[in-house]
Amino acid sequence: MNIVVCIKQVPDSAEVRINPETNTLIRDGVPTIINPYDMHAIEAGLQIKEMTKGRVTVITMGPPQAELALREAMSMGADDAVLLSDRAFAGADTWATAFTISRAIAKIGADIIICGKQAIDGDTAQVGPEMAEFLDIPHIAYIRKIEDVKPDSIKVQRMMDEGYDIVESSLPVLLTVVKELNQPRLPSLKGKMAAKKAEIKKFTAKELEIDEKDTGLKGSPTQVKNIFAPEARSERKILAGNIEEQINQLAEELKQLKCL
Amino acid sequence: MPIIVDRDKCTGCETCVSVCPFDAIKIKDDGKAFINEYCQMCMACLSACPEGAIIEIKEEGAPVSYQTSDYKGVWVFAEQREGSIAAVSLELLGAGRKLADELKAELSAVLFGASEKDANELIKWGADKVYHSDSPVFEKFNDEPYSRLLVTLIKEHKPAIVLAGATPIGRSFIPRVAASLRTGLTADCTSLGIDTDTGNLLQVRPAFGGNIMATILCPNHRPQIATVRPRVMKKSEYRSEKKGEIIPVKGENLICRTKVTDTVKETFESRVNLQEADIIIAGGRGLGDAKGFNLLFELAEILEGSVAASRAAVDEGWIRYSHQVGQTGKTVCPKIYIACGISGAVQHLVGMQSSDIIIAINKNPEAPIFNVATYGIVGDLFEVVPLLIKKLKEIKS
Ligand SMILES: Cc1cc2nc3c(=O)[nH]c(=O)nc-3n(C[C@H](O)[C@H](O)[C@H](O)COP(=O)(O)OP(=O)(O)OC[C@H]3O[C@@H](n4cnc5c(N)ncnc54)[C@H](O)[C@@H]3O)c2cc1C
Ligand SMILES: Nc1ncnc2c1ncn2[C@@H]1O[C@H](COP(=O)(O)O)[C@@H](O)[C@H]1O
Repeated sequence: MNIVVCIKQVPDSAEVRINPETNTLIRDGVPTIINPYDMHAIEAGLQIKEMTKGRVTVITMGPPQAELALREAMSMGADDAVLLSDRAFAGADTWATAFTISRAIAKIGADIIICGKQAIDGDTAQVGPEMAEFLDIPHIAYIRKIEDVKPDSIKVQRMMDEGYDIVESSLPVLLTVVKELNQPRLPSLKGKMAAKKAEIKKFTAKELEIDEKDTGLKGSPTQVKNIFAPEARSERKILAGNIEEQINQLAEELKQLKCL
Repeated sequence: MPIIVDRDKCTGCETCVSVCPFDAIKIKDDGKAFINEYCQMCMACLSACPEGAIIEIKEEGAPVSYQTSDYKGVWVFAEQREGSIAAVSLELLGAGRKLADELKAELSAVLFGASEKDANELIKWGADKVYHSDSPVFEKFNDEPYSRLLVTLIKEHKPAIVLAGATPIGRSFIPRVAASLRTGLTADCTSLGIDTDTGNLLQVRPAFGGNIMATILCPNHRPQIATVRPRVMKKSEYRSEKKGEIIPVKGENLICRTKVTDTVKETFESRVNLQEADIIIAGGRGLGDAKGFNLLFELAEILEGSVAASRAAVDEGWIRYSHQVGQTGKTVCPKIYIACGISGAVQHLVGMQSSDIIIAINKNPEAPIFNVATYGIVGDLFEVVPLLIKKLKEIKS
């Protein structure tokens, strides 16, 4: 079984601070991490590998330093790593990102592709399903449990608003996973050593035979027009008095708001 | 890169450094500004530079083989779950109606599954036309048939704008539609408008966990597709006399390689559908243990609300992950969000700070949750919540 896990390097948002005066993100010295959902995708890949005696390839599209994320995944147990890096890839929106990565996946081949539910910098949750469309394979999003993997099919639980669905799919398939799925393992010492020396395959636009008009900023249908700070919360009502008085006021307000 | 610094003009004044929301500009040793890879092309620095030294190099966007003006009208994908129309679909009809009126164009709804009666309801909620398929393929949600038929309809009828709910269903299959049509998709929008000069759709969405808002355009590709958060748009008025056209659509021979074999409702945790809840009572580590949530369920019962949690409470195993709100959980915007024993870490705030009213109960007056709260009560939740329950019960009876 060939398993491909797509991972993205993102700024560690636990460390991102906001400058309250200018309302900007302070990125200085903020470490980068593997997108937290993608850690669960890696773990899922490794578990399927162990069940099926498969191979896990991790893949990322990003600047050269994204190699670090790949090595971290390898120290957890991924067998191969692929870095898609090219100036032409810069500024990609989800269409161009998904198109580029899917080209690489088509080249290396995969039975199961696993993505995180979304990346915590962009929060779009679009790259996974878009890749499935480009690869012309089915996908299942928001997976919280993998029930069964067979040589040509898979059975999973998909999270929905009111509960979950049990969904079966033929292979190859693309899955996007939520945090509830598993607990990512820690890298082993042996894994760390191996990851340091491991060779990482690198692909550029030319090697993927992608026209520059289909990748990066040029290939992106969407554009950021501008950005601005969110509106500050308007009204703020201070409740006065002792706890009981405050609660009486609050209960009154809730009544006014027709909550009762 | 499309944004460059004209090194002859740059004086190293650092104005751009301070306006850049992404911390992507640095003054290098040579005293000139340098834009690094954090740049998100937001263009904030262009107008800020007093020397006009930062310029955008216009590059051709992705090529298109059609006239964007051939695409007309606004479409709303009306989501149904087990035959009933999701509330977000009606909200989208409200938003879509406004956009369509502004563009002097038609508003159509697309309904896969459900009945003709439901299709008719969509007309009363604002649609001029409804493309309806009652094919049994659509009873359960599978991405492939949904996306295939929507792609076919879009290719045939060429709408300029397509809106869908940012729900598990919309966010799962709409990306396939956008990929297939080679057009843009903006996720999770919180406001929509029309650019009066170009007629393009202005799509506003939170980025970086809600700390920054971005306006996204899809100028050269059609349709312009957006998923929209539940509960942020307003329904238009229900007009029982309104007439419209229902256009039946076949849903045959659609490829489907997934199969839903069972649907499990988690009713035991009463109303987990946080994204559509009017009132949410959320608990954090301050609850102390799983039993602490019983108090919140009691309050939820009285207010007819849903119960949510911070990640700390979920990680402790006090409540299921499906209740988690925040960056790695759900994003909610109820009318009222009551946070009990939650400190208000930024990862939690991004999931709930757009709620209309936020009530915070925390014993630490310095807790950051109070910075976003409409009403704050500094106190022990085990004292405050029972008193509140008592008071509300009194009012009710
Ligand atoms: C990548 C990443 C993603 C994350 N995603 C999320 C996410 O999606 N959602 C999320 O919530 N968090 C998320 N977090 C975690 C987040 O940073 C915080 O750790 C978490 O939100 C804290 O939860 P809490 O407020 O319940 O706990 P604490 O921070 O421990 O706060 C408990 C609060 O309860 C108060 N308290 C204690 N006892 C009482 C009492 N008797 N009465 C009243 N008040 C009391 C205390 O004063 C304190 O303010 C994420 C973190 C990372 C790194
Ligand atoms: N640049 C990238 N390289 C590799 N995988 C990515 C990249 N961007 C997104 N992904 C994958 O797609 C998922 C969803 O990302 P997004 O659509 O950006 O929210 C992530 O969790 C990753 O698994």
